[in-house]
Amino acid sequence: MPSTPVPAFRSRVIALELDGDGAHPASWRKAHHDPQALLGGQRIRETVLAADIAGFHVSTFKDSRVVDPGSTGIAGRIDAIQRAAFAAPITRSIGLVPEAGTLFTEPFHVATQLASLDYSSLGRAGWLVTADNLAKEARSVGRTQLPEGQVASEAADVVQASRRLWDSWEDDAVIRDVATGRYLDRDKLHYADFDGERFSVKGPSIIPRPLQGQLVVFAPAELIPAVEADVALVSADTTDDLPQAAQAAASSGAPRTLVELDVILDSRGQTAEDRLAELDSYEEWTGGARYVGSTEGLVELLTTLFAAADGVRLKPAVLDVDLPELANKVLPELHRSGLVVPPLPGATLRETFGLPRPANRFAAA
Amino acid sequence: MTNHHRIAGNGQIQFGVFFQGVNHTTVWKDAQSGSQTDFESFRRVAQTAERGLFSAFFLGEGLRLREHLGKIHDLDVVGRPDAQTALAALAAITTNIGLVATQNTTYNDPADLAHRLASLDLLSGGRAAWNIVTTDNAWTGANFRRGGFLKHEYRYVRAEAFVQTAKAIWDSWADGAIAGSRNDQRWLREDAITTVERHDESFDVEITGRLPRSSQQHPVLFQAGDSPDGRDFAVRNADVIFSAHPELEDAKKFRDDIVARTLKAGRPADDVKIFPGQEFILGATAAEAEEKHQWVRSLQVGPETAIAYLEQFWGRTLTEYDPDGPLPDIDPLVDVTNPTRGNAFHGKSAKDLAAQWRADAKENGQSIRQFVAARSRLNGRGLVGSYDDIADKLAEYAHTGAVDGFNITPWIVPGGLDDIVNELVPRLQDRGVYRTEYEGTNLRENLGLRVPLTRRGSLTSTQLTESEEVA
Repeated sequence: MPSTPVPAFRSRVIALELDGDGAHPASWRKAHHDPQALLGGQRIRETVLAADIAGFHVSTFKDSRVVDPGSTGIAGRIDAIQRAAFAAPITRSIGLVPEAGTLFTEPFHVATQLASLDYSSLGRAGWLVTADNLAKEARSVGRTQLPEGQVASEAADVVQASRRLWDSWEDDAVIRDVATGRYLDRDKLHYADFDGERFSVKGPSIIPRPLQGQLVVFAPAELIPAVEADVALVSADTTDDLPQAAQAAASSGAPRTLVELDVILDSRGQTAEDRLAELDSYEEWTGGARYVGSTEGLVELLTTLFAAADGVRLKPAVLDVDLPELANKVLPELHRSGLVVPPLPGATLRETFGLPRPANRFAAA
Repeated sequence: MTNHHRIAGNGQIQFGVFFQGVNHTTVWKDAQSGSQTDFESFRRVAQTAERGLFSAFFLGEGLRLREHLGKIHDLDVVGRPDAQTALAALAAITTNIGLVATQNTTYNDPADLAHRLASLDLLSGGRAAWNIVTTDNAWTGANFRRGGFLKHEYRYVRAEAFVQTAKAIWDSWADGAIAGSRNDQRWLREDAITTVERHDESFDVEITGRLPRSSQQHPVLFQAGDSPDGRDFAVRNADVIFSAHPELEDAKKFRDDIVARTLKAGRPADDVKIFPGQEFILGATAAEAEEKHQWVRSLQVGPETAIAYLEQFWGRTLTEYDPDGPLPDIDPLVDVTNPTRGNAFHGKSAKDLAAQWRADAKENGQSIRQFVAARSRLNGRGLVGSYDDIADKLAEYAHTGAVDGFNITPWIVPGGLDDIVNELVPRLQDRGVYRTEYEGTNLRENLGLRVPLTRRGSLTSTQLTESEEVA
């Protein structure tokens, strides 16, 4: 199938991180459920449905392969790809983007799992590439940390191997030709034949090409351009630094740029400052650029940031408190402004980002 | 003495469904045949199975596409999702059925696989299961970082070390590890996690478990190996055997053997459940079912499939032979059989095999197609008959206690369970041999299993299931 025309990029993108009870380490103290009720399907169902109905374009799912024994915060986390998969059949327009690691995982498994997510979500899957070079994770699989200089290239190799596996079936490889008894046209299957510095993958994939052709690949800007990504995630220490960081990333190779923003909002008569002070009294929040204040102020900040970036990824301090504020006050205001349009039910994530469905690298021109 | 009398058969039969995805028995040439990869097919089969009160929905695994004479095998259904990713999605739209993922111990790491299984178990509210398989060929290894690292004789050594490590990971969080209230000092109680260490010929790892246990404590463990080593592995480690012995007399013998091995392994006689794989071809009358049977077989083994089947043992193309004629009169090119890679057959000398088959086919008056159709039914003929006859037959299985249930392999997707759920299940319920509602909320309860082996010492007897008294 040839690449399709570029769909119109209709809207700035609002992504939402749905980890645990929120981004603040003390979020669980303000959750509307008992701590022991966090780790199950019901909690994912509630939060992702709220985000889908509110009109967020993307939900991301943090993953971590080690437990931080020093934190008083949430130490358990269900596998991110599985959380996204669980969300797939119960949502209709939100993109589902799990984190998946590259350094100590098997590329073949990761690529297959992500392609499977694209099928379950009817083309709404993405991948947030991570490359945490952690000694504990390395030891858990009988390996050692990589030399720092190899981290980005290893992540890049895993993404390349995955992209080749996703293309290893052409779109029309399943022919079901009763006359000749052939289910497949084997000429439309290709060995991925990825040969990297530290691993190789033969292929083809065990699952046909993802519905989107290629999933939308997100990566921290620091890994780009080594990693071939569609969306750069840009972080900075303060909100003032974000526009410049976004502009720098815009020329780095990824067609879309999202800025990372921690948020804590005024809610139900409590100021954001008071809420933050109380939460920080349990354990301090060490994130990145942060907005603390009213919903109106956040709309104003986002409008400014949209001049420099294609969108934002919001990390709410406490999901049960900040998500309703975002859904009821911030998103409706952004929709009214026309800068942000909710995703269309049934749209693929590539369409939401205005990215064309790519041609298959192995298909005859 | 027949050992199977030691089993207090509870007079019940359960069903599971095996959505195979890759095989030559799923009919794709009929207009009713749907997608093998669209999520809608998985939804339809799983929800139909749950409507029929099935115990389990089962997915297979193959980590490299099958090849035939050096090329991708193109005659059968192929292409399937990662098992656990598909099951995690199904967990959101089902409520009681067990979700079984086939995953191998060779091309996975315990830290990763045990975590993903625990994830599926929590997401589904205690409905996850793992069908443990091993792989040893370097050919599959070409898809993985570690390549073909494992020698054949170490396959079960690694598998056993893997399963022990996985169980240790699932046991690594203390009971009550998570805060009981939002006012507690920490979300995770201090010192609540025991680090899992293993340093032996299979693993050199230090693992911190990342999840607590589900309501069923551990994912249920299935095992399918049929060799003596495979059977011993099962009675030492597993909860359920996915067996290849569906015929009644054979099933009784298999049960006797498993009971003897189970007792020898120090477990109660009924501690390991048995679910043979089985194909059902049903009709309103016996004649209708038989007609359907012939039709299904003709679609499963078409002329190209019959020739390709022989080619994998002859090691050369045989397209000049008539599929409706006798077996090839020439000898195989290879000394040792080289079956389609990724297929689970292992051979003897190709020449002897060919000579034997030629003689068998001649004696039975079979053409290539007829021979292959009969030969490739590894599990016998399948259950073919009217709804009433098959219901009677299954009632007999229930009363002998030869099996605990059947893992049904539908011959068509996604409608292959419809007649079983609509016609057979009500007849089994009328005969009192099939559940009318789920007994529990998690898979372990619905299968009538005790708590996991490694957890028995730490719980009081009242927390064990009722079947404990049988032992």
